[in-house]
Amino acid sequence: MLKILKNKLEQGNKTSKYPKEPIALYHRYRGMPVINTDCSADVIAECVCICPQEAIDATEKTIDLGRCTFCGQCESVEGEGGAFVSFSENFELGAANREDLVTGGALPALADHSKQHFKKLFGRSLQLRQVSAAGCNSCEADTNVLNTPFFDLSRFGIDIVASPRHADGIHVTGPISRNMRQALIDTYEAVPSPKVVIASGCCSISGGPFRGSEEVIGDLNSLVPVDLYIPGCPPHPLTTLHALLNYFK
Amino acid sequence: MDNLLKIENGKAILRADIPQVPYGEFFKTLSAFVKNDGYIVQFFAYEESGVYRLIAVVRNTALYVIGSETGTTFQSLTGSASEKFHMFEREIAEQYGLKPDGHPWLKMVRYHKNYTGEKDVFENNYVEEIPGNYPYFTIEGESIHEVAVGPVHAGIIEPGHFRFQCAGEEVLHLEIQLGYQHRGIEKLLPTLPQKRYPGICESIAGDTTIAHTLCFSQAFEGLAGKSVDKGASIVRTIALELERIANHIGDLGALSGDVAFNPPAAYFGRIRGEFLNLLQVLSGNRFGKGLVRPGGVALVMGEEQRQLIRDKLAEITPEIENVCDLLFSAHTVQARFEHTGMVEHKMAKDLGLVGYSGRACGIAYDARVAFPTECYAELPANTNEVTSGDVNSRATVRREEIMHSLKLITMLLDSIDTTEKPVHMQECALSPNSFVVTINEGWRGEVSHCILTDDKSKVQRYKIKDPSFHNWTGLAMSLRNQEISDFPLCNKSYNLSYCGFDL
Ligand code: SF4
Ligand code: SF4
Repeated sequence: MLKILKNKLEQGNKTSKYPKEPIALYHRYRGMPVINTDCSADVIAECVCICPQEAIDATEKTIDLGRCTFCGQCESVEGEGGAFVSFSENFELGAANREDLVTGGALPALADHSKQHFKKLFGRSLQLRQVSAAGCNSCEADTNVLNTPFFDLSRFGIDIVASPRHADGIHVTGPISRNMRQALIDTYEAVPSPKVVIASGCCSISGGPFRGSEEVIGDLNSLVPVDLYIPGCPPHPLTTLHALLNYFK
Repeated sequence: MDNLLKIENGKAILRADIPQVPYGEFFKTLSAFVKNDGYIVQFFAYEESGVYRLIAVVRNTALYVIGSETGTTFQSLTGSASEKFHMFEREIAEQYGLKPDGHPWLKMVRYHKNYTGEKDVFENNYVEEIPGNYPYFTIEGESIHEVAVGPVHAGIIEPGHFRFQCAGEEVLHLEIQLGYQHRGIEKLLPTLPQKRYPGICESIAGDTTIAHTLCFSQAFEGLAGKSVDKGASIVRTIALELERIANHIGDLGALSGDVAFNPPAAYFGRIRGEFLNLLQVLSGNRFGKGLVRPGGVALVMGEEQRQLIRDKLAEITPEIENVCDLLFSAHTVQARFEHTGMVEHKMAKDLGLVGYSGRACGIAYDARVAFPTECYAELPANTNEVTSGDVNSRATVRREEIMHSLKLITMLLDSIDTTEKPVHMQECALSPNSFVVTINEGWRGEVSHCILTDDKSKVQRYKIKDPSFHNWTGLAMSLRNQEISDFPLCNKSYNLSYCGFDL
């Protein structure tokens, strides 16, 4: 008992004050890209050439956040007019529409794009069934940490539940392997309507690093209609938290 | 033994130098080798101008390679030499349609069509959903019942299917069927431009990002004759140790939760995050994605990062000690950990368990010591005090490794070497007709990658092995004659990778 008390004293209360107070991530974290449209065409061409995800469109000068793994490779290309991309510490990356993820450096305010009946239905209490559909376990792990004392997801009335029958929607990670397709659809169908679908991580949005493999489906929206997209590889827990709070609250 | 060629970790050789022996001799050599305290690192097939070939990489205190030609059937080593081959042979059957004749329990590994168009060994047509023809282990009798769970589990975890054959509460056997996470990585890689390799290798198993990306990068370095400066090696070593600590701490937390001792579960859960944040300090990503690249690291560790890591370690090391003490000194915890999920030393050796799962059974093998890469040759080894093969041993080994890794990082931070320049993924000119194998001690154990290049310097075959490939069978054995309620505890004490296995 003494040890429990001693540890409790040492640990104290570590729950983050986010979203009431802003939170800063270390500057190396790669969040929302800042796009420099003044850089030379050569720099952009070089970025297109090295991007492993084919996420950059040179003509439109955009990045598709649904494909980008935030590997940081393009940030290192410099030339006349500076670099095309630099990554900011802004972790607020969620979007309600797939098209919005193709961005020149800004996203529409997520809160304005939520369906009103979702806010009404799920604003006070949201129960999600997580489905790992061939996720590499980074996405899963960084969803799991939302239950640690620091993020403490349940203080917002949001819980990850065991049964799809108890859930209001599914939160899907991974590129959806051929071997997970049926289990994913079964889980989706077991959730009572109205229900929400969240695609988390570039894998579930576009296949991520695995796109093109004949063993993966790679686009959740081609199987079930997606309501909320959370980019990243994996999304930072704060990205997920921000997206859930803004979309549903 | 004379047939085996001694090779070095990460050093490329010409394919022509791999001894090619008739299958009979291949079989005899490998049988003798494994019976004499030898272990298998890699065993796989590939195709060349219409001919099927096998390559085996094996180890005792050194590393060896041997190759052979085979037809569409070959005599099973699992059946007559050792269980260590069982998964490898099943994989060869699945990937290439080659049948290991006499394999005692031949079935799929991941459920996919073979690469070659040979007749399917398992008589699956793959139009049907997984699992197809899967001969589950069954036990019959009036008091036997079966419990099946998954693929979608109760928590936020990867998918897999488990079937328990029980008599009352007692588990007689646990069948673990995987494959749900199969992404076709080994088949995909040779078809892709090199720039896509790092992203995929970082995501073979996301909790083992650093170890797998190290294996990939070292393999490319070996094939392209690239060297890595000391500063980059230090960063890579620190990253690998941070990955180890983060995962071990997370698992100790999960184990605390499974015995319903919630305070350490919460503390460990939070402390694990601190280590992920340190990886983010180094790499910009909590799992170390975007850091390790062939030739070095993509982000340099400067004084600022060093100091941040140093300060954080000074702050949390005592916390870790205290929370560990809280967990390990609780009698209720001991009562649940000790003698639960036991795997005897001999069984562990027969199966070829690696990593902490092996060390907890008294198999001392640690790739950091046996085949050191990066900075490990200059760093002290770890030893384990509790090795009785139960949950308690696997938990204690983790605790010991956490403390050891903290020490290693502190030592590395004191080194004054820094890398000059960040290195990004660039097209590497790989040497043609070559072969390389790389091994690193990931947090779960031995991670290994093999590459064969063709005469045009292209990757012809990319072979990946996660330690989970060896260890899932260990978990199944742990459950024998246990209460079914011990499953979560046994499972977390191993915490094996589904995607690292499924590939
Ligand atoms: S950070 Fe994104 S856009 Fe840039 S190279 Fe990587 S994947 Fe491509
Ligand atoms: S998005 Fe990235 S982190 Fe998430 S499952 Fe895919 S590869 Fe893993």
